[in-house]
Amino acid sequence: MSGVQQIFEGARAEGRGALVGYLPAGYPTVDGSVELLSAMVEGGCDLLEVGIPYSDPVMDGPTIQAAADTALRAGFRLRDVLSVVERVSAAGGRAVVMTYYNPVLRYGVDAFARDLAAAGGLGVITPDLIPDEADEWLAASDAHGLDRIFLVAPSSTEERIATTAAATRGFLYATSTMGVTGARDAVATAAPGLVARCRAHTALPIGVGLGVRSADQAAEVAGFADGVIVGSAFVTAAETGGAGGVRALAAELAGGVRRAPAPA
Amino acid sequence: MFENGPVSTKSRASDGIAHPSDHEPDERGHFGRYGGRFVPEALIAALDELTTVYDKARGDREFLDELDRLHRDYTGRPSPLTDAPRLGEHAGGARILLKREDLNHTGSHKINNVLGQALLTKRMGKKRVIAETGAGQHGVATATACALLGLECVVYMGEVDTERQALNVARMRLLGAKVVPVKSGSRTLKDAINEALRDWVTNVDETHYLLGTAAGPHPFPTMVRDLHRIIGLEAREQVLERVGRLPDVVAACVGGGSNAIGIFHAFIDDPGVRLVGFEPGGDGVSTGRHGATLTAGSPGALHGALSYLLQDDDGQTIESHSISAGLDYPASGPSTRCSRTWGAPSTARSPMPRRWTRSRCSRAPRGSSRPSSRPTPSRVRCAWARSSGPTR
Repeated sequence: MSGVQQIFEGARAEGRGALVGYLPAGYPTVDGSVELLSAMVEGGCDLLEVGIPYSDPVMDGPTIQAAADTALRAGFRLRDVLSVVERVSAAGGRAVVMTYYNPVLRYGVDAFARDLAAAGGLGVITPDLIPDEADEWLAASDAHGLDRIFLVAPSSTEERIATTAAATRGFLYATSTMGVTGARDAVATAAPGLVARCRAHTALPIGVGLGVRSADQAAEVAGFADGVIVGSAFVTAAETGGAGGVRALAAELAGGVRRAPAPA
Repeated sequence: MFENGPVSTKSRASDGIAHPSDHEPDERGHFGRYGGRFVPEALIAALDELTTVYDKARGDREFLDELDRLHRDYTGRPSPLTDAPRLGEHAGGARILLKREDLNHTGSHKINNVLGQALLTKRMGKKRVIAETGAGQHGVATATACALLGLECVVYMGEVDTERQALNVARMRLLGAKVVPVKSGSRTLKDAINEALRDWVTNVDETHYLLGTAAGPHPFPTMVRDLHRIIGLEAREQVLERVGRLPDVVAACVGGGSNAIGIFHAFIDDPGVRLVGFEPGGDGVSTGRHGATLTAGSPGALHGALSYLLQDDDGQTIESHSISAGLDYPASGPSTRCSRTWGAPSTARSPMPRRWTRSRCSRAPRGSSRPSSRPTPSRVRCAWARSSGPTR
């Protein structure tokens, strides 16, 4: 069983959902992001999703766009993500990278997989890479033992859910709604149905992301999914409260994922 | 002094989509290694639907006839081929013929693609259209087609472009479109496309993204190319009728590549015809402030396709620069890229008029005399040589 899947199974054994927290590497600075990510672990994140700031983040709403922009203007370089992963992993965190595909392509797909694995990274979430185009990444992730987390959406057909799940390792990322990242007041009604459709095709853990920001929402999602993925809310908490802010949010959400019984 | 051509041509707008050429991508939209679909999974269902509806329409006489009727009676096709003898004399004695896509309704070639996709939007039962625009040509064409066919229209336009192209913003609004100035990133075309993609992924059920160039995820590069093939089909027929032989050179400016691939496509298999694309040279390729993606770019994935990009060592997109809002884009379509792959470097001896030759492969000196009616910015650089083989 892969490293990422073990984290989900561990949470399940405790009768709860896993909490996955996102923050862009290099936000607001490289050192600052290490401090924030470490605070997220202390607060209760089971898995870190370390974002690579990118110039054209088409799946991201204004909050994460602005954070990526801040990181890039502060001088973030791609190799910095490796040191961020290495430092948070050395401190006991467990991390996957979330990245648009072009930076990986430019770095060299195999070289990126090799260097991320060496830094202690467990896998990569690829929001604009579908398995159909991923031959090189499938080979590189196999060669270097990384989990590859693909996304499914409410618009995905049964056939595409099946093929995407078959290519995925670690957990399957279900986007709760049609749209970009950003905190929302209510968890989209499409999410439970999508998770149920995924379960018909895979035994992999299923994480739900897009729009979660409160303990209540985390509890709601943990009631039907294996993991709760929170991004924009952490960025906002970092912006307003720094390390203390993200630690408190992680603790609140960690309480949420423990409130609801994990799905059978 | 002008020799007038016939007012009609045998080529019809629908020919470009009804008859597949010898230069098709594979079934997943790859031109060689380029093209494909580098988009969120959430958009795949819509792209599959578009592919299916488009494939069906290509064989549907009713659809093809409607497209031809609109292009004849509304666009005003065929567009004329105009002899430009004084330009030719000025440029060193060549005979220069201009394919007058500027005389189409809405003032550019963009309407060729827009009417086709707007009709497909109706076929898909969608009521809302979104589009990106740089100079505003594609936005105006889209706003016009939406007004014609009763579709809601939202156009994303970089804030910089809304300022330098204010007249086109007014035209779009007059036609009933909502124009959204995009304030993120470089506030130009690339960012307008980002914002349009974010809208599309959110509203894809009822919305068609009417992409304006031969780029983006499959099927856009092929579909947009084919809807523009009429440019080359007409031009080839017109030049043969007028001059009695094929031209030595077909030249076109290249931003995303729709106008270029539209005219080039009809000449790809003619070994005696050189195809020359002009990219925006900006302040000069050596300065880094330009839009010469095929000349100075490298392979990468942006806006849904693997193509050639202006990017740094980390894969971050470098902002393009051109005085032409419409060419200010850091990538080009995968089919144009594939054409370049098979191209050979241009030879020293060139059939092109001298001034063009000189400006083709190096930065043109500032203030050098050049024809005022040239359709491209004054500082341009050659990106392509002729394609010597099939683009498969």
